[in-house]
Amino acid sequence: MSVAPDSALARILKTYEAELLEDWMREQMTTFSRTSKIKESDLRSQSAEFLSLLQQATQTGNPSDVTAPAFGRVRDMLGDMSRSRSISMKRPLFARIQKELSNDVAGLATTTWTATELLDKLGLITTETYQKNREQIIARQQQELLELSTPVVKLWDGILALPMIGTLDSARTQVVMESLLQRIVETGAEIAIIDITGVPTVDTLTAQHLIKTVTAARLMGADCIISGIRPQIAQTIVHLGVDLSTVTTKATLADAFRRALEMTGQRDKVSRARS
Amino acid sequence: MDRIPILKLRDLLLVTIQVDMHDRLAMQLQDELTARISETSARGVLIDISSLDIVDSFIGRMIANIAAMARVLDAQTVVVGMQPAVAITLVELGLTLPGVRTALNVDRGMALLELSSDQTAAARERDVDVSD
Repeated sequence: MSVAPDSALARILKTYEAELLEDWMREQMTTFSRTSKIKESDLRSQSAEFLSLLQQATQTGNPSDVTAPAFGRVRDMLGDMSRSRSISMKRPLFARIQKELSNDVAGLATTTWTATELLDKLGLITTETYQKNREQIIARQQQELLELSTPVVKLWDGILALPMIGTLDSARTQVVMESLLQRIVETGAEIAIIDITGVPTVDTLTAQHLIKTVTAARLMGADCIISGIRPQIAQTIVHLGVDLSTVTTKATLADAFRRALEMTGQRDKVSRARS
Repeated sequence: MDRIPILKLRDLLLVTIQVDMHDRLAMQLQDELTARISETSARGVLIDISSLDIVDSFIGRMIANIAAMARVLDAQTVVVGMQPAVAITLVELGLTLPGVRTALNVDRGMALLELSSDQTAAARERDVDVSD
């Protein structure tokens, strides 16, 4: 009994391959003609390939186990297709099954069940693949954003600037700290200016992160200046009771830069160059 | 047995840590360095830790201790060339080495020590002037 419906499904798939493709194409065109950008010829060749692969797989493998190696190529193929497309194959397939097995009620029920199960499982695989791809893209974009958002700029001989934009969380601060300290080693800079003009809010945790970064830079032998503190943020810092007395702070990047030039003894050189 | 060399450069002592620092080595360094400071009456100590990749709380505390001891013996200590990873570790451990001066490399560290000894000399001269 278990062999008969499986082979029936494979037989139906084989016998009606061309007809199934036509019906399936019609089904797909009504559903996707407006929404999908895929060309009809591409859709046709893809569908035909899927059908022949599925037919080969059902002949050799057990349709209730789609993880079997016989379905390997079908699974790969599904990665490129969307879920609703494999589901839309149900109607043409069921019509053929019904026609073929109309005088065998038990066989009809079993074969229909096998086909439904198979197509649902294949649909599930498509969804999973799609979701996995999505997650990979999101993770990659997150990583890229993290790297992009922390540029360390050389402003002058021995002076680095780190313009920070966006919310500072632990993961980002770690990246910021590491890239800043690495650049200090590479350039031998004595002064690093951390500009927080683009940071919308400062809470105790953010302040803690900033102080940690400044302390780490000091341990390496570089001084840090925090600039771009907006009036609201200055108020918040005081209200929160955060002690920034160990850190040099300036209102604007320009002030911080002037101070940095003074500290490195390059102030006179700059004004002379300007005049 | 590893030993950390202590080099004398004019009135400075240069300590270059080039091996993995373990606890006994740190204790030994502390002994030898304090002995050398009092022996040579050095004015400054440079501790170069640029090849130190790993640090734990004990080593961190040893560095702070050595600096404090040198200060008691009237020698300025500058820790130079700390690696980013080491700096981050020390900050995360809460060892911010207050009172220890730092510089990016040995060159900068020596400049820093010379500057401070110039200032002390100038201050001493001023004191003399006032007393006259």
